[in-house]
Parts: sequence; structure tokens; C-alpha cells
Amino acid sequence: MMLNQLTITEAQVGLRAKKFSIVELVTACLDQIKTYDHKLHCFLTLNDQALNQAKVMDAKPDWSKPLFGLPFALKDNFLTEGLRTTASAKVLDDYLPQYNATVYQRLLNAGAILLGKTNMDAWAHGSSTETSDYGPTLNPWNTAHLPGGSSGGSAAAVAADMCIFAIGSETAGSIRQPAAWCGVTGFKPTYGRVSRYGVIAMASSTDSPGPLAKNTTDAALVTAVIAGVDPCDATSSPKPVDIHPQSLQGLSLKGKKIALPQEYLLGEAKDLVLKAAEVFKQAGANIKNVSLLDPKFAIDVYTLVQRSEVSSNLARYDGIRYGADRSAFSYQAKNRSLLGTFALSTGYYDQYYKKAQQVRTQIIAEFDQLFKEYEFYLAPVSPGPALKLGTGQDNPMFGEIEDRLVEASSVAGLTGLSVPCGFIDGLPIGLQITGPQFSEQSILSAGYFYQSQTKFHLQKPKL
Amino acid sequence: MKVNVAHLAKLVNMPLKPGEIAKLQAGFDQTLKAVAHLNQLPLTKNKATFQVTKLQNVWREDKLQPDRGLTQKQALSNAKKTYQGYFVVPRVINYDA
Repeated sequence: MMLNQLTITEAQVGLRAKKFSIVELVTACLDQIKTYDHKLHCFLTLNDQALNQAKVMDAKPDWSKPLFGLPFALKDNFLTEGLRTTASAKVLDDYLPQYNATVYQRLLNAGAILLGKTNMDAWAHGSSTETSDYGPTLNPWNTAHLPGGSSGGSAAAVAADMCIFAIGSETAGSIRQPAAWCGVTGFKPTYGRVSRYGVIAMASSTDSPGPLAKNTTDAALVTAVIAGVDPCDATSSPKPVDIHPQSLQGLSLKGKKIALPQEYLLGEAKDLVLKAAEVFKQAGANIKNVSLLDPKFAIDVYTLVQRSEVSSNLARYDGIRYGADRSAFSYQAKNRSLLGTFALSTGYYDQYYKKAQQVRTQIIAEFDQLFKEYEFYLAPVSPGPALKLGTGQDNPMFGEIEDRLVEASSVAGLTGLSVPCGFIDGLPIGLQITGPQFSEQSILSAGYFYQSQTKFHLQKPKL
Repeated sequence: MKVNVAHLAKLVNMPLKPGEIAKLQAGFDQTLKAVAHLNQLPLTKNKATFQVTKLQNVWREDKLQPDRGLTQKQALSNAKKTYQGYFVVPRVINYDA
């Protein structure tokens, strides 16, 4: 096995046993990027200091740091001091942040090494990475297909073994859907579990940073580092972090009730999700069909809330303090800003924005009721495998429709995992395991259990 | 419901390219028609949710945070036009009018 293919745990064991050095590990990732990124276009900017940092770390190892010497990729909407950060938008083409996002700072403090910044839908406005102002990322399993998005560059970089792990952010599906389409493990923590400070804002009431990784243990290891209250983000949760990557095994599923929402069993992915549910059933879980609000309502709520919050968040780009002027915005940003402004305007606020927030209350109440009885629910992340390039170009609601099976959980601020659960036509399918707010340990344990019983997450694309 | 795209673009200060008004108009019509599903739900008694983890009144002391603030040099470092340590902004008042 090549070093860049290692998981976090495998890399840590090898580094500590001196089987290879941090320089060798970083070099293996950089070589993989050099060989395949011209084909896949996962990265927008590389950190030219990565190797130097590796040398310094090799000279003075500090294994007390939880991610010491591990190279990672970071979605380009996380601010990195002195390193270009664009959110894949030409408005920010030459923007050099003056400070670090909390997530990035915590990863640096944990000893991780940044390889580079990954491609995404511009401003995270999309589910394909096709709306990047710098051109699309391609799916490593089949380059005629989309990687999903908006964290498509991070998901494809993990799938193509260009890094040991990556960071993405999710507003509604932007970690889980590209993870599903690229066949990697993606984890969306509860809203507020991970700080948004220094993340270029999309929809502030649902934006949630999280990891894309090679398995659930790795996702847990990274989440444990980046989670926790941050005085710089008033919406981060003061609850103590209850994530223990070393204790994911040993989850007893005997008699546990797991829900299968019938409205979510859509498309080609349905049969694979039912097979995945069998794996939990074999371990003694009690799988029950349940009924939830039709996902079409979640599409509507998410569309209105997100466009409204986008219109507010994009208002700050004036081209005076940083970035280009507003003529540099591309089409999707205009689409969302204008419709959001409309939904918030006098006379239409009650009809659109307020109504959406009222339905959001109903969605939350429905989940509260569900989780009184059930540990979590299982469903497809997306109804089918990765769509072909160009599919989303002419549909003004492409992303919202593609993400319909994860939007309700996002507007309710739940935590959810996407794990590979099979393949259709050579393209991976993702299973979502979604639970109540702050149930990270339980959801990650369920993912760990599923991956201990299956091998889908071990399959690699032929590049 | 017909959205006045040109008026909205002015409010949002968003310059549009030729052809974009028609494309946006068609997209808005489609989107607003789709989200009209929400009217099928009887919700008048529901409160609106703005913060999902129910945090309230998160305050900090109103004092400088030296580890968070930017120096003047840092703050100006990305500006295209500066003058004697200040941002240069476009003129918004037209004296000749």
C-alpha cells in the first residue's frame, strides 16, 4: 500500500514506529496530487510550505498532538492566514486572509499539515462543484460524472488518496452528498458543534464544518479535534464535547430501535439502503418503517432560508476592503442574492421567509418526536449515484432537489454520517445515519459498526 | 407572483449581464412556483425557528480582544486603494447633480 492511501490510524502507527517519516508521507500525497490533479481538479491552491513543515516536525516529533504530521486538504471557504482563499469565487481571486478559521487553527494546533485548498461550488452555492468559478472537479470513479458538492474537491481528494483526510462544510448536504458520490466517509456534526469562525458564510443558521475521511474512525478523530465551543462564534455550543474516537466499538444494537423513513426510500439507492438496514438487523436492532414529512417541504424550506441568508451574507462584498467589485459575481450568486432579498422584503417576508421558518419548526418537532423512540434513522444520502457533468446547469434548484434527503436534517441542525453502502454502474452510493442533535458518539459508533461488517469503504477508484 | 428582477438587482447592488434578467426571471418563476408547496401546510400557530440549538443571548464583554483584532496594516492589506492608512471608497454623493 502506498503511504498516501493510509488512514489516520495506519499513518500514526507507521510514523510512531518510524517505518516512514512525515516528509515521506507528505511527499506521497504531493506526488499523488501532481500525478492526478490535472485530471480531477481537486485543488485550487497548494501550500508550498507543506514539505518544510514536515521536515521541522520530523526533527522534533510531538506525538502528544492528536493529528501530528498528518497531511490534509481544506475546502477553500476556510480562511488560512497568508494563503489564498477564494471559496471558488472570482470575487475573492486574490484574497489573502489576515487570520485563520478556528477549524484550521485547531488542526494546526493538533499537528496536522495543510496540503492545499480544495475546489467547491462558488460560495458553496451548489451540489455539484460544477459552479466553481475555476471549473469543475471530476469524480475519481468516473470523470464523466460530478463529484457532488459543494465540498466536491475535498471528497474527490480523499477518494483519490491525495490526502489522509479533508475538511468540508455543509449547509444542507455539502459534506454528505459529495462523500456519497465519491465513496468516502463524510460527517456533518450538529449545528454549532464545530465553530464557523473564519468560514466564508453561506447560510449562517445551518453552516456546519466537518470531516471527509477514509473511514468512520478517522472522521471521529478529526471531529474530536475541531469540535467545541469557540468564543469567536456565538452560535457554537457550550455543551462539553462528547466524542471518543477510541470507544466507537462495542455499540450494542440489540433491541435498539432504528427508523426507516418511507418517504426517503427513493430511487436506485433504495435497495442498497434496505440491504444496509439488514446489517443492523442481524446485530439485533429493531428496524421499523416510519413516516416523516414529505422531503419536498424540506426542499422549499431550505431553498427559502438559504437564499435569504445568502442575500445577507453576500451583501458584505463591496470590493473596497478586499476582493473584486460586485460585477465579478457569477450567475448562481446573483440568482440566490436576488431571490433571497425578495423573500425577505416587505410584503413577502410573511409569505416566504417566515413561512419557511414556521415549517422548520414543524420539521424539528417531528424529529423530536421520532428520536423519543428511535436512536437514529437510515436512508439514502442521495436517491442515486453521481450524475453526469452538465446535469445541473439549467435547473435553478438543482442542488436543492439533489439534496432533498438530507435537507430536513440540516434545517433541524441534526448530526449525520454518510458511509459507502454499495455501487451502481461502478459509482458509489451513500447510506445516511442521522440522529438527534449532539448524538455524534452514537452516530459515529453506528457508522463504525456498519464499516466493521462491510467493505464498501475499502474500495478505491481506478485513477 | 412576478418578481421585478431589474428592481431587485438595483436593491442588491448586483450588476447584471445582458440576457441575465430573462434567465433569472424564468428561474424565479420556477422556484416560487415550487416553494408554493408550503401553502399546503396549516402553520399559523407555529413559531418561526431562527436558532436550532436554542441558544439565547450569547454575550461577551464589550472590550478589546487583542488576540482577535487586526492591526491597521493587516486590515488594509487586501484593499485595492488606500490613502494614508485609510480605505479609499467610491464617491457616493454627486455634487454636480
